[in-house]
Amino acid sequence: MARTGPKKPGLRVLVWLGVIIVALTAVLAGGTLAGKASWAPKLALDLEGGTQMILAPKVEGGSDINEEQLNQAVAIIRQRVDGSGVAEAEISTQSGRNVVVSLPGTPSSQTRDLIQASADMNFRPVLLNGAGAAVPEESRAPEDQLPKPTAEPANSSDTNWITPEIYRQFEALDCDNPSQDEQERSDPAKPLVTCEPASGNNPAIKYILGPVEVKGSNIVTSSFQLQQGAQGAVTNEWAVNIQFDGEGTAKFKEVTERLNQFYVAAGGESGNDPKAQFAIVLDDQVISAPRSLAVITDGRPQITGGFTEQTAKALSDQLRFGALPISFEIQSEQQISATLGGEQLRMGLLAGLIGLLLVVVYSLFQYRALGFVTIASLVVAGILTYLAIAILGWTENYRLSLAGVAGIIVAIGQTADSFIVYFERIRDELREGRGLVSAVENGWKRAKRTVLASKAVNLLAALVLYFVAVGNVRGFAFTLGLTAIADLIVVFMFTHPTLQLLARTRFFGEGHRFSGLDPKRLGAVPLYRGAGRVRTPEDRPAVAVRAKNAGATAEAERRMTIAERRLAQKQAELAGSSKSAAKENK
Amino acid sequence: MPSFATFGNELYTGKRSYNFVGAKKIWFIAAAVAVALSILIPVAKGGFNLGIEFRGGSEFTVSNVKTTDATVGEEAVTDVVAGSVPRVANVAGTTMRIQTDKLTDDETLRIKEGLTTAYGVTDNEVTSTFVGPTWGADVTKQALIGLVIFVLLAAVLMALYFRTWKMSLSAIAGMVVTMFVTAGVYALSDFEVTPSAIIGFLTVLSYSLYDTVVVFDKIRENTAELDASTRRTFAEEVNLAVNQTLVRSINTMMVAILPVGAILFIGAGLLGAGTLRDLSLALFVGILIGTAATIFVAAPMYAWLRQNEPDLVRQAKRVEQRRAAAERSAAPAEPAQA
Repeated sequence: MARTGPKKPGLRVLVWLGVIIVALTAVLAGGTLAGKASWAPKLALDLEGGTQMILAPKVEGGSDINEEQLNQAVAIIRQRVDGSGVAEAEISTQSGRNVVVSLPGTPSSQTRDLIQASADMNFRPVLLNGAGAAVPEESRAPEDQLPKPTAEPANSSDTNWITPEIYRQFEALDCDNPSQDEQERSDPAKPLVTCEPASGNNPAIKYILGPVEVKGSNIVTSSFQLQQGAQGAVTNEWAVNIQFDGEGTAKFKEVTERLNQFYVAAGGESGNDPKAQFAIVLDDQVISAPRSLAVITDGRPQITGGFTEQTAKALSDQLRFGALPISFEIQSEQQISATLGGEQLRMGLLAGLIGLLLVVVYSLFQYRALGFVTIASLVVAGILTYLAIAILGWTENYRLSLAGVAGIIVAIGQTADSFIVYFERIRDELREGRGLVSAVENGWKRAKRTVLASKAVNLLAALVLYFVAVGNVRGFAFTLGLTAIADLIVVFMFTHPTLQLLARTRFFGEGHRFSGLDPKRLGAVPLYRGAGRVRTPEDRPAVAVRAKNAGATAEAERRMTIAERRLAQKQAELAGSSKSAAKENK
Repeated sequence: MPSFATFGNELYTGKRSYNFVGAKKIWFIAAAVAVALSILIPVAKGGFNLGIEFRGGSEFTVSNVKTTDATVGEEAVTDVVAGSVPRVANVAGTTMRIQTDKLTDDETLRIKEGLTTAYGVTDNEVTSTFVGPTWGADVTKQALIGLVIFVLLAAVLMALYFRTWKMSLSAIAGMVVTMFVTAGVYALSDFEVTPSAIIGFLTVLSYSLYDTVVVFDKIRENTAELDASTRRTFAEEVNLAVNQTLVRSINTMMVAILPVGAILFIGAGLLGAGTLRDLSLALFVGILIGTAATIFVAAPMYAWLRQNEPDLVRQAKRVEQRRAAAERSAAPAEPAQA
């Protein structure tokens, strides 16, 4: 804490607190004016209404999921939810083990299925490709010109897969306006008609693909790097590297042997046979369809061609998702009507307000005028908490849930406790006969440590709950931690400085009956009689002791509080006997 | 009128004193009985009343109903799923809660429609929740892991702060008593155990330790230079510290419990079962027990744990000797130096 001048101790700290509050308000106001933040804290779904699903990712084979895989899982779900056209969905991980999807309104069953399905990546050979737009009705192939399979397809690249039906489907497909309805998963043993969505400057392309040849789960890993030239020098071209496992290596070799023939037959680099391409398909959408320039025997193909660092990274990440057959199981699903949420919030706040009022009444009863310091401190704590929640809602997308509201209400009591500890310490000091100014300073020195130690326990609990717990426990823990910090700020920067100032007022300093710090009521004997005048030796209780006990008694006497000394004195006056004082409780 | 401040003064000087430490046997036995009962009650009752989060199933909440008749809701469910036995309850005011076994999506939607018409409400006044049977167990498992981590860290923190593991151990003993008794009362009340109730328990543990830290801080202060004093024995110093912080303990408890009580009795009365009610019951009971456990279990236990330390035994002997000497040399002119 900043040392304050002798004249108005505490004032500087109060000014600093004011500066902090004004600064936070200005930040929030700025955000609001810029249209990014809002004065009202953001509400979680349980208060605002909507659907919340908690999903547990399952990796095929039952192995545990690590953090990177979980983040990939979130990316997969985000892609799917965004793809299904749901606005304002929020997808996050929780405690490193679950994925929480929050959607406004009620999701369709297709969206639900889609969210739960496992990521599905595989490699299919391209049979035919074309521009992404649907072929206009009038220019579609007449009935007699449709491809007619002549035999059973011999391999995945065989054009005999293209039946008239599939060709019609291909013609009708419009990649620019894909219909959201047909979300069913394709059959890996059958051909697939699908799109590569437009990206960057590349327009959408549609494809007819042969059956699956290599599965995504055959990918061990993938990476991206700047391509190396023939001399080993780094070029400016980005490349994506894939590494297959044993099974994948064998299959990929087989595929590239076939596909490379088409490449060579079509004239190599200048050729344009779609059958030389293999498509990387994620969730039934083509994410890339490179040509096979060479036969890959070592299971380490490299994909090149017009990548930027970003697109290379994106493809590499997607390939790694594919290596992870993650599916999701809905653990809990909640659909909350906005009516119920609003009702709960209103009642929660009402209960909180009544609770606050009771605290106010109680502290006024207990601490008289000092109770107003408690109330003012609670108000400041409230302002800080509100600002923090509103700003975090803006910057961190923190949303206040019902459990969070409960956390704040509970915190009222815990915040007020710091003041109680402090006030009781001041009273203790007054009882020992100190003047108010020094009682405030000494009481603070001792209370500070206690407050810090006990708040450390609170913060520890909030942190552990936040990082370990799942579900609405987190919202609660977060607000509990937040309010604990707000409380510390208030005690250090508001309550204590305010008391330093008040101690110098006549009302408090002279111990008015209603100040809550009336030394008489606290049974104190003044240690100092005015400025600089210390109690004279005559005031000391007369103590006669036997010589052999003198040392010990003097020692004990020194350790007595003034109040104890006074009590002993009184007892000595009263009693003819020297029966031991009542405080001994053997 | 003897005010609370006077009461505080008398406790502070020792004029008025409650024998928390001396009568430790009584408190320990009482605490042991309370813990035993808290274990026996749920067993005798056949376990806790587990919420839907632990059983798994579907739940509907209908707000602003026209009628609070339970059979209306039951019919709406059995119309869709014949033979199911829904649990329909009027949770508060005009809010109905209907719990069923696990439903398919289609059934959920149809029951939702059925309830909307049956209770004459609009579509967005019906809330539905589906909970997989593993969810609650998952929450509990995580809560237990959290509990263990918290207790370990808190124990280390306290041992470091107070520089003695005995304080740490006593504080945790007090917390354990609080935890068991709170759970016992919860079982007795027949409130549903929901994840919110679990949050409540975890908060209670934090409150319990928090409360103990404040009292122990005073104990440490009072006993810091004990070996140089013959005024009080260690146990007496501990007892004085507890008495001196008694007003603080009561005030803190009151202030903590007032908002919680407001939620429990006012909020929950209007709102019915839900996050706030389960949480506030756990907190209400836990704060009461936690405060008591500090005074009656943690502090006496700390005195008891240290009573046989050679230094303290020697110091206690010196106190005895001095008192005996004071007694012998009793003369009217001499004040008691107790």
